[in-house]
Amino acid sequence: MRDVPDAVVDIAERIDGIYRTESRRIFATLIRLLGDFDIAEEALSDAFRAALEHWPRDGVPANPSAWLVSTGRFKAIDGIRRRARFDSLDDRIDEVEAIADESIRFGGDGIEDDRLRLIFTCCHPALSPDAQVALTLREVCGLTTEAIAQAFLTAAPTLAQRIVRAKGKIRDARIPYEVPAPNELPARLDSVLRVIYLVFNEGYSASSGPALTRVDLSAEAIRLGRLLVALLPDPEATGLLALMLLQESRRTARTSPDGEIVLLDEQDRSRWDGTLIAEGSALVGEALASSTFGPYTLQAALASVHANAKRTEDTDWERIVGLYDVLLRIEPSPVVELNRAVGVAMRDGPRAGLALVDAILERGDLRDYHLAHAARADLCRRAGDRDAARESYARALALAKQEPERRLLERRLAELRDDIR
Amino acid sequence: MQYLLLCCFDEDRWRKIAESEREHIMREYGEFQQHLSASGQYRAGAKLGSSQTATTLREQAGKPVITDGPFAETKEQLGGYHLIDCANLDEAIAIARRIPTLRAGGVVEVRPVEFGHPT
Repeated sequence: MRDVPDAVVDIAERIDGIYRTESRRIFATLIRLLGDFDIAEEALSDAFRAALEHWPRDGVPANPSAWLVSTGRFKAIDGIRRRARFDSLDDRIDEVEAIADESIRFGGDGIEDDRLRLIFTCCHPALSPDAQVALTLREVCGLTTEAIAQAFLTAAPTLAQRIVRAKGKIRDARIPYEVPAPNELPARLDSVLRVIYLVFNEGYSASSGPALTRVDLSAEAIRLGRLLVALLPDPEATGLLALMLLQESRRTARTSPDGEIVLLDEQDRSRWDGTLIAEGSALVGEALASSTFGPYTLQAALASVHANAKRTEDTDWERIVGLYDVLLRIEPSPVVELNRAVGVAMRDGPRAGLALVDAILERGDLRDYHLAHAARADLCRRAGDRDAARESYARALALAKQEPERRLLERRLAELRDDIR
Repeated sequence: MQYLLLCCFDEDRWRKIAESEREHIMREYGEFQQHLSASGQYRAGAKLGSSQTATTLREQAGKPVITDGPFAETKEQLGGYHLIDCANLDEAIAIARRIPTLRAGGVVEVRPVEFGHPT
């Protein structure tokens, strides 16, 4: 016996589908119309509830998103008006009344701008970096607080508090819900890109743990990156997306079946994802063609050189070093210098790279960076200086914190010992 | 919405800046002040006496305790303030960014005013 008519089940599925694909967009518009995150969230639920109630009877509207925005807005304003009658201290009524008379701008540009507004607001530098990440994943990506907490190995109440405080700051300091003006855009975009890349790296380097229950942060970051590029065709945004795609292309080859780290030059390149590499490489080309590319684009270009080498021996090390030269000019840092030194070693031989690494360490930079000592050790080993290699591997091991990296360094040390026999 | 811009500076550092550079900064500060007044967003402001002129008041066991000096022994000390009125935080930050002492290592805190008392 069927309790629920097929029509209702079909509509429910349709609404479910709309929720999955459109709810974030509708939410962003509701925030603009209602001026408050929490009110907008309530309005969103009310709107979808109303859809479940009315659409089986009245049919699915021609423009479902517009209907949902309109209904959510109406219910929210209605709710505030009713509460205002009981609570005359609610001064939001004036603001909302003003907004209520504003025409709803959506469809095409309106809604797209709203999601961009949302991204920039969640990534505002006046919010702490932790809050920016949490808020973006919650409000832009629609992840639940529990999922975000689990992904970052934080307690759910802690994360919930962080989000509450962030929304409070937005409200109390009046952080505007706007896409920044052109002269502010570069700095503000920096903030957004940083958040996205942070989320990506959290997912990229995360150990498996309860893998099935942890949300795929790298996938979320890539999704965010795609949305950003679609809404704001900026070279650095394109560069970041390219970088993430190219790094993601190596995911399955980065770890052995036992969960051990496999370094780039030892990876089974047949396991690299060709589709991601093709897309990433194309995006790199696009970004480099503009005159305003930056560090993310250059890092993506570096990743692209590696990704397009069939074997390690085929890597264009000249191009690698050249790209590091440019990167050092626009974003000088000892770590970039270190990576360049490794490239120089591949191009000119280990001793050439070693001279550069030693110069960095002698300056006092990277003394506590385990990868600097690991790189030095590797170069010493290749140059035939096993004692120096052992010493540097030991130094690296003393500084390394993550288990897979420690095991790799221990393996290297063991290999050196075995060589002697 | 009103914001209070709290301008702080490391007084030792300020003293070490060359006289000519300090004069240059103060001239620019004058221009900044003029623009701000002309914009209609200015409500109040002042340059304060140095932290050495400060006196701090607390209460202990129901009795007032008066001590010499500012309330917090921080490297950067409050040197002045501006009370402004603008639409949102981004506008307040845009104004704060033009404060000339920032270039020389100054710090500006931007605090929203929850409710004020009109004079």
